[in-house]
Amino acid sequence: MGMTMVEKILSRASDRTQVFPGEVLEPRVDLAMSHENSALVINQFQEIFKGTGLEPKVWDPSRIAIIFDHRVPAESAKTATNQKKIRQFVRQQGIQKFHDIRGDEGGICHQVLAESGYVLPGYVVVGTDSHTTTHGAFGAFAFGIGATEMASVWTLGRVLNVEVPATIKVNLRGKIPPFVGAKDVILALIGKISAQGANFKVLEFHGDTIQRLPTSGRMTLCNMAIEAGATSGIVPPDEETWRYLHTECGLTELNRDLFPDPDATYAEVVELDVSTLTPMVAFPHTVDNVKSVEEAYGIAVDQIMIGSCTNGRLDDIEIAAKILRGKKIARTVRLLVFPASYRIYHQALEKGYIKELLEAGAVVMNPGCGPCLGVHEGVLGDGEVGLSTTNRNFKGRMGNPNAEVYLCSPAVAAASALSGVITDPRQIGLPLIESNPEGD
Amino acid sequence: MANVVLTLGDDISTDHIYPGRYMATVLPAETPQYAFADYPLNKKLNSGQIPPQSIIVAGENFGCGSSREQAVSALKGWELVIIARSFARIFFQNAVNLGLKLVICPTIEAEEGDQLEVTEEEVINHSKSKRFPIIPLPAARKAIIEAGGLIAYTRQRLLEERKITH
Repeated sequence: MGMTMVEKILSRASDRTQVFPGEVLEPRVDLAMSHENSALVINQFQEIFKGTGLEPKVWDPSRIAIIFDHRVPAESAKTATNQKKIRQFVRQQGIQKFHDIRGDEGGICHQVLAESGYVLPGYVVVGTDSHTTTHGAFGAFAFGIGATEMASVWTLGRVLNVEVPATIKVNLRGKIPPFVGAKDVILALIGKISAQGANFKVLEFHGDTIQRLPTSGRMTLCNMAIEAGATSGIVPPDEETWRYLHTECGLTELNRDLFPDPDATYAEVVELDVSTLTPMVAFPHTVDNVKSVEEAYGIAVDQIMIGSCTNGRLDDIEIAAKILRGKKIARTVRLLVFPASYRIYHQALEKGYIKELLEAGAVVMNPGCGPCLGVHEGVLGDGEVGLSTTNRNFKGRMGNPNAEVYLCSPAVAAASALSGVITDPRQIGLPLIESNPEGD
Repeated sequence: MANVVLTLGDDISTDHIYPGRYMATVLPAETPQYAFADYPLNKKLNSGQIPPQSIIVAGENFGCGSSREQAVSALKGWELVIIARSFARIFFQNAVNLGLKLVICPTIEAEEGDQLEVTEEEVINHSKSKRFPIIPLPAARKAIIEAGGLIAYTRQRLLEERKITH
């Protein structure tokens, strides 16, 4: 019987020839990622060994990745102490894939994992972060788990309670129009199937749109699969996957034999024609409250954030810089830009984007999660409105339950920064990109 | 039999249950003080007005969003019981792992102050004289609960593995 991508991956990782949705397995883990919440994982890991007479030792220090990104540099003494404790643990256990707060190799965990070539097609990847789904962009089965479950993985090298998820096939058809991007595609999809439309299921992406979509955009799609409740998103690996792993990560030996079977069984097939898609905006306070940017036009915003594991990559910064080039953002807004990693920061510097953004009035921040989860570096005030390229707009998400957050693409964010109100980038951006100096 | 102390709608996120700004607090024993930190229930919990086994009734997709385990340990610390029409996956698994009592009850109807009884098969709303069937947990998840949570279960598995290899 044919199998989907995730069924194939779980079969291999569980030494089975066939698996079925609903079965509970204990697959081997290829990569286990955590960030500052490693402080809790360490605590739970030590609890497991209590009373056993065994020395606490992780199953494989080469398969554990720890990246600081949620609170960098530390926003409080408590975080600084947690980070110190994690560094000690990393040294003591010999954990190899550790990325500290550094300007050469740091950044948001999902971006660092991708560009370091830590994730390969066919891998089982677990992360103590719900956006671990991002790594489905490389044909891995990647999903979020809690800290205690990670402690269990560190101990045994397996996840003990994985229900084989059913798979929804998503066929994306057509050419994405100018000033519309992967973010608009995934927002449109979430709006269509709802915040729980894929609960306990996998979104497997297919279609000609996907074939043309670069890895950056595939990461955006898979990243937000969780916002439809999905266990994971996944893109079958193709030439673009190999290109990325080769040119960005320097990998040369790659297993290229991993595709869903043509007769695989899908729980559902969702079709989406993107050729007529408009830029989209998710209104407060749920991610599936999605409307066309035209319906959001004119809503005044106080702070705009461009960045995050969803939209902090080079092409995201590029489109923002092109829209803002030679212009000034409105006096009524603050624009914060967070490159997703220092590699991207360096690239954006070289290409001149950082200078263009600064000259337009943007504040360029250090790579990390920034205000996405409401900890620091741009918390919203009472009654303020945020517009953000991040992935969540739940009440209180940006640190204040008395504020509102709208979600959008980098193009909408940049266009809105010029006017101070939510703006359709197709209205102001086209003449600029077509190098019309009289544009706007 | 226990009281419903809070009713909630669909898509209640972990940001609602345990705001991100308290995530530097990680130890399970220290997290309950921040449960529903931005909402009135928090004051009631911290002033001892909510007895253990009190019930929260929610709609679909309770616990959606972040994988933060504090959202579970904070509720577990007060020994609350969550009855929802459905749960988000990571929250659900974290609850199984930490021993927070969850009840999946797709048709549940209740208001604050109602008296509910949870049996193996159903939730009985005594205040409304109505019964609502529940969906039992799969056997594989029960194994973790019966072992006393994922820490105890993993410890058991670790000792078994070491016995086999030595």
